[in-house]
Amino acid sequence: MTDDPTQPDPDSGSHASPGAHGSQGAHGGHGAHGAHAGHGHPAHGGHVADSEPDQPGGRRRLLAAWRPRATRAQLLAGLLCAVLGFALVVQVQQNQTGNLSTLRQSDLLVILDTVTKRSRSLEDQAQRLEQQRAQLQSGVDRAGAAQQAALQQLAAYEILTGTQPAEGPGIQLDIADPQVTVSAATLLDAVEELRNAGAEAMQIGDVRIVASTSFADDPQRRGVLVDQQLVRPPYRVLVIGDPATLAPALEIPGGVLDALKQVNATGTQQRLATVEVRAVHTLAPLAYARPAPAPPP
Amino acid sequence: MIAALGLLVGIIAGLVLEPTVPLWLQPYLPIAVVAALDAVFGGLRAFLDGIFDDRVFTVSFLSNIVVAALIVYLGDQLGVGSQLSTGVVVVLGIRIFSNAAAIRRHVFKA
Repeated sequence: MTDDPTQPDPDSGSHASPGAHGSQGAHGGHGAHGAHAGHGHPAHGGHVADSEPDQPGGRRRLLAAWRPRATRAQLLAGLLCAVLGFALVVQVQQNQTGNLSTLRQSDLLVILDTVTKRSRSLEDQAQRLEQQRAQLQSGVDRAGAAQQAALQQLAAYEILTGTQPAEGPGIQLDIADPQVTVSAATLLDAVEELRNAGAEAMQIGDVRIVASTSFADDPQRRGVLVDQQLVRPPYRVLVIGDPATLAPALEIPGGVLDALKQVNATGTQQRLATVEVRAVHTLAPLAYARPAPAPPP
Repeated sequence: MIAALGLLVGIIAGLVLEPTVPLWLQPYLPIAVVAALDAVFGGLRAFLDGIFDDRVFTVSFLSNIVVAALIVYLGDQLGVGSQLSTGVVVVLGIRIFSNAAAIRRHVFKA
């Protein structure tokens, strides 16, 4: 039970105070006219005091209220409560669907300002990142191109140093030398002539011809020593290069073929669309030379 | 009974119809709803006190709504709309609380 004056409950205090419950107070005032028919004393405190003894009936009254009575009061209260429920739900839904539409103009301006600033900063950021991406992209492209070029260069060097097999158009020169009269110098002349004509890869017998290849006469005259390896006649020279340049280079008067004829050997050449130079040269590891930093351009 | 039914009917109608709040009503509807809530709690308390009167309930319900809307409108015109709305909600909230306390006392005797 509530004995308001003695309880330090703040609710009790506000309950007893006349000013804290306006609409209820208004009800109380009119209720005095209606329910109690006590004409004339709508003082709040008095009403609370009057209703205190009725409080045991509060719950009973609440239960009684569940009996439907189609009085004007009930209908009116029902109608107003329906309006309240309707408005409540509508407002809640409104609040959930579009919370911007319920805001005031100034708030909207603030939000708009914030959003604009944010979007501008995000645009800046996007632009910066875009630039960065483009830079990285071009960097990747450049690195890829450099790698591609390096690989191509490597392949070219491998062919030039004779460490890899090569193929391409070229000529095949067969030197028949029954009496083993062709000297190393003649072969070297032939090789130099072919180099001058733009030969890119060559092999004699099974020996790849590179810049450092040596030619020497075999002491027992069995053939020629190419890079210390004995190559016996008939010699087969495979050359990769432009056939239209290589073939005339051998045929010029006083050239390689003429020189072979003079030593009772015969050279026959044929132009081929594909010559395969399979022999490879093994590079000795460099003992002294080291790569030097490239000079500034 | 009929009041509770009416509340239920209103809620269901709002859920089913899903109306959009007209633009001119949007600033006032939330305050009006709170004011009406206050009136309903006041009415319930008066009912439990045995002094409920339909005329008073109707008038207080409508006048609460009108006054609340008026205050918000005035606040908007003065440029203190949001602050005044907050103030109205605070005051109405206090009243709802005190009414709820009285109702609680009636129902639970505590």
